[in-house]
Amino acid sequence: MNKLVPCLVALAGTLLAASVAAKDVTLLNVSYDPTRELYRDINNAFAAQWKAQHGDSVTIQMSHGGSGKQARSVVDGLPADVVTLALAYDIDAVSDRGLIARNWQTRLPDNASPYTSAIVFLVRKGNPKGIKDWADLVRPGVQVVTPNPKSSGGARWNFLAAWGYALKQPGGNEAKARAYVQELYKHVPVLDTGARGATNTFAQRGIGDVLIAWENEALLAQRQLGKDKFEVVVPSVTILAEPPVSVVDANADKHGTRAVADAYVQFLYTPQGQEIAAKNYYRPRLQDVAARYASQFPATHTFTIGEVFGDWRQAQAKFFAEGAIFDQLGAGR
Amino acid sequence: MRRQVLPGFGLSFGYALTYLGLIVLLPLAALAWKATGIGFHGLIQLLSGPRTLAALRLSLFGALLAASINAVVGLLIGWVLVRYRFPGRRLFDALVDLPFALPTAVAGIALTTLYAPNGWLGRWLEPLGIKVAYTPIGVLVAMVFVGFPFVVRTLQPVLASLERDVEEAAESLGARRHQTFFRVILPMLAPTLLTGFALALARAVGEYGSVIFIAGNIPMHSEIAPLLIVQKLEQFDTAGAAALGVALLLLSFLLLVVIALLQRWSNRWAERAA
Repeated sequence: MNKLVPCLVALAGTLLAASVAAKDVTLLNVSYDPTRELYRDINNAFAAQWKAQHGDSVTIQMSHGGSGKQARSVVDGLPADVVTLALAYDIDAVSDRGLIARNWQTRLPDNASPYTSAIVFLVRKGNPKGIKDWADLVRPGVQVVTPNPKSSGGARWNFLAAWGYALKQPGGNEAKARAYVQELYKHVPVLDTGARGATNTFAQRGIGDVLIAWENEALLAQRQLGKDKFEVVVPSVTILAEPPVSVVDANADKHGTRAVADAYVQFLYTPQGQEIAAKNYYRPRLQDVAARYASQFPATHTFTIGEVFGDWRQAQAKFFAEGAIFDQLGAGR
Repeated sequence: MRRQVLPGFGLSFGYALTYLGLIVLLPLAALAWKATGIGFHGLIQLLSGPRTLAALRLSLFGALLAASINAVVGLLIGWVLVRYRFPGRRLFDALVDLPFALPTAVAGIALTTLYAPNGWLGRWLEPLGIKVAYTPIGVLVAMVFVGFPFVVRTLQPVLASLERDVEEAAESLGARRHQTFFRVILPMLAPTLLTGFALALARAVGEYGSVIFIAGNIPMHSEIAPLLIVQKLEQFDTAGAAALGVALLLLSFLLLVVIALLQRWSNRWAERAA
């Protein structure tokens, strides 16, 4: 017993010394649902790189959930060093509470979205209803599965993709876009609360002919549920989904993790980070990485939020706020 | 004050009050305080919206109907479990608690798997033109499921203490079976039955997890009020969500008051019958 105490003291001392020599840094990345696989790979690669360059080991903890809910948690005090969410509106909400600098979206290249995705269709094998483009979704007898844009950030991209498509048709205008989208939502038998729920409804419950989904979700679903069951259809024109990332300034400064957090989000833009994104079915920004994955991401005409809707705050107010266009469309049912 | 059997009234009363205040009143007060954020005008506008009205209607009437079904079936099952001895009775009895123990999301997914058009039950109902999953009927099924144990569990002890002599006496006095049931047994059970009904109702009104998976969540059709609250939270509209929560709470409270009044009335009925 008497020998044990000095042993323990020595052990504690060694541990203490070790932890001082090589700093252990912990980062919390608060993200949305379908990025689990992506960030598992990113975190491993980044931790290895940071260790090689600085000798410190970084542990990155993840929190996943619906994008809006995650933003709310950060606002309510979840100590995130980094947020990687589904839409800029949710990071704006965190920024509004003073946790992130106002200019967060211009601090990083490409609207602070290191990777993108497109809104595409997942159809059943053989495409029995012959779905090629947005116009096919409103044919009689076609059922469409998409989550509720009021509760799902991902579904807001779906809504805006449909609206933008109608706007961009020859002779397209606001009234026609409204009529098209109204008709589209009449073809929706189930409005799930989130994107994964909608994927389950379509894939497991056999509801609907088309699932409107993010390309990364559609490709992942196809891989996990069987290539012999589903096909991905890329429409002629669609929205470029730009999921943004940012360091949470107030928290990173408080935790003293600013340098690591900055390096972490910038790592997403490096060739290695871009490669990992592409492997996880997100469209990379870097041209040469994109070229290597060209077969995975068919070319299509895309438009951005900025080009058609101004920005997320404006889109939110116009379409999804209480009593705004989505509510007006739903009232007819 | 009259001397009680147990000492320490002041301490236990103070403890009860503090506990109730912390666990129940404080969150409710915070909710009400948040709700004031939208103002009276905002509240009227929120509550008179057709979508809100439709959701409140579905939640309240669905819960009333589910609690009624549970009251009838729960009475029957409680009766069977208390009065009859049969093999597997204990297992059967334990199964009643299952809806309590199951996480509601699991229950919702299980029910949806059963009743979806490609599910075990759904595929047989579909050709008959009966759609359960993704319709208001699905909402009802989930509400019945989560509220079911309340009625059985509240009734069981009362059923067990019900003397057989009373029924025999009624019979020997020439009462027919339905007369014995409606004029002797039911009056004695009514107060407890109402308690079970109220519990099942309250549970169903606020149920979110299990309903959400089977409802389909189509606005004006199969969207429940708690879902509207969650949607408002997703839009960072805390005040609106709180206001809707308060409205739902007040409606439930009103229903519970009505039930309490009915209970008082049925107590007198029971005394008269006894």
